[in-house]
Amino acid sequence: MNGLNVEANFDDADGFYAALIDAHRALSDTQSGALNARLILLLANHIGTMTVLRDALDKARASIDEENSSC
Amino acid sequence: MHHPVIVVGAGPSGLSAAIELAVCGIPTVLLDDNNTVSTGSRAICFAKRTLEIWDRLGCAAPMLEKGVVWQLGKVFFRDAQVYQFNLLPEGGHKMPAFINLQQYYVEEFLVDRVHELPAIDLRWKNRVTRVVQRGDVVALEIETPDGGYTLTCDWLIAADGANSPTRESLSVRSHGQEFHDQFLICDITMHADFPTERRFWFDPPFHPGHSVLLHRQPDNVWRVDFQIGADADAADALRIENIAPRIDAMLGERQWSLEWASTYTFRCRKLDRFVHGRVLFVGDAAHQVSPFGARGANGAVQGVENLIWKLVRVMRGGASPALLATYDDERQHGARENLLNSTRATDFISPKSTISRVFRDSALLLAKRYPFARALVNSGRLSVPCRYDDSALNTPDQDGFTPAARPGSACADAAITRHGRAGWLLESFGAGFVLLVAGIDVPDALRQVTDLTVLELGSDFIDANGDFARRYDLADGGVYLIRPDQHVAARWRRPHEADVLRAMRRALGFELENLV
Repeated sequence: MNGLNVEANFDDADGFYAALIDAHRALSDTQSGALNARLILLLANHIGTMTVLRDALDKARASIDEENSSC
Repeated sequence: MHHPVIVVGAGPSGLSAAIELAVCGIPTVLLDDNNTVSTGSRAICFAKRTLEIWDRLGCAAPMLEKGVVWQLGKVFFRDAQVYQFNLLPEGGHKMPAFINLQQYYVEEFLVDRVHELPAIDLRWKNRVTRVVQRGDVVALEIETPDGGYTLTCDWLIAADGANSPTRESLSVRSHGQEFHDQFLICDITMHADFPTERRFWFDPPFHPGHSVLLHRQPDNVWRVDFQIGADADAADALRIENIAPRIDAMLGERQWSLEWASTYTFRCRKLDRFVHGRVLFVGDAAHQVSPFGARGANGAVQGVENLIWKLVRVMRGGASPALLATYDDERQHGARENLLNSTRATDFISPKSTISRVFRDSALLLAKRYPFARALVNSGRLSVPCRYDDSALNTPDQDGFTPAARPGSACADAAITRHGRAGWLLESFGAGFVLLVAGIDVPDALRQVTDLTVLELGSDFIDANGDFARRYDLADGGVYLIRPDQHVAARWRRPHEADVLRAMRRALGFELENLV
């Protein structure tokens, strides 16, 4: 399968999460938005494969839509 | 009076169509509501494929002589250069990647060619007011300063532009997207020490929040294109006292004078079908794109090239009448490609939401430091020849070959020697089908086929520096069947005579009924 890997793949999940939050420390919402955008572009290029990226976009969007419909 | 073909509109599309028909021996009446070539510079970037087509029609030489060849592009964000690109001219092509040339020069050179061809009856100040189809006849009502008259024809080529009166008269609708962002376009004359390169600024200090394009044209004319936003007052922006400060802010102390200015918005739209009975839509009458990527005039000329060889053979009975439907199939594909590319560039240049602008600015900032992000920066994806991958006219590959020249592709040029003289592959093709043969024996019967010219490597031409063998993957021998529009129809390593004949029948539309 060329799809997105949704099984656990972090070698340090807690460490990554802490680092992600830390990266946003003391940033305004606008700056945080810009940081997220840059992070997404950097990671997206690392993945590179359009089918995987498309799968990730679809899953992220579906999660938003599900959240809204359950409200 | 009845004519076989009438062309409405003497812009780049209509002029090219009439010239190609005349070169094929078919007389045309070419009607235009104006009395001269266009004013203002409009289209300025003409791509290699377009120049190759015009070269075949005998009018590229003066364009090359007059045009400005450019290859370097620079992209700026705010006050700094983000990156630059070089269109790196690959050797072994007669034509450069692009030239810049004002549309009025292009039209003037096309009109010069028209005047060499007695088969074209060019009538200025002839405005078509009504088009009616009755069975196989198209009737036109025409107004002139000396009064009105009527003409009929077998085929009408509607090249009458974005506001096509033919389209209106036949109630044909086009579909797509309208953009509200406005642009102020100024062609200025300056004796500048600027290098010949394309410069594109996102959000520069001299025009904050918007984009600016600077591009060189012949005669020391420079195109400056300011994005001014949806809310700008266009009439106000056009006043010289408002134009001058914008240009001064960009150029500093340099002296300049204004040749022409205009504001525009644009649409990305096309007709659902380009063939309506005996009326054939081409150019802006058929499809419109944003200017980013130079896909308007270039796409239009490729469309005309696709249409005319088919029309000529349908008129002469050398092809199936169904062949014309493939003009629609292939050029709908081309128009979709051009629309997709120009719409994507527009979305990058004019972000439509806050988050879209955040991603755009992030891509620009990352591009300054990291090469990967340069791939995301889109100030227009420049026109390249359309590939008709899924065309019913292609014979699918059976043998292994380079994908670069697969069926449906426009032929790449190559330096060759012919009759002892240096020349180019594409200019040796002529007006019909071509069978390119390398390193194998070709049955003599194929040399007798109507509308087919056999060009054999070694005897008919010599591969001057290996480009031909490399671009067509023919080091081990093989055969290419090329359509009259210089697109690959089929290729084989060791074909039988029957394979070639069947592929040619297929490319002429005779197999279309069987495929349905």
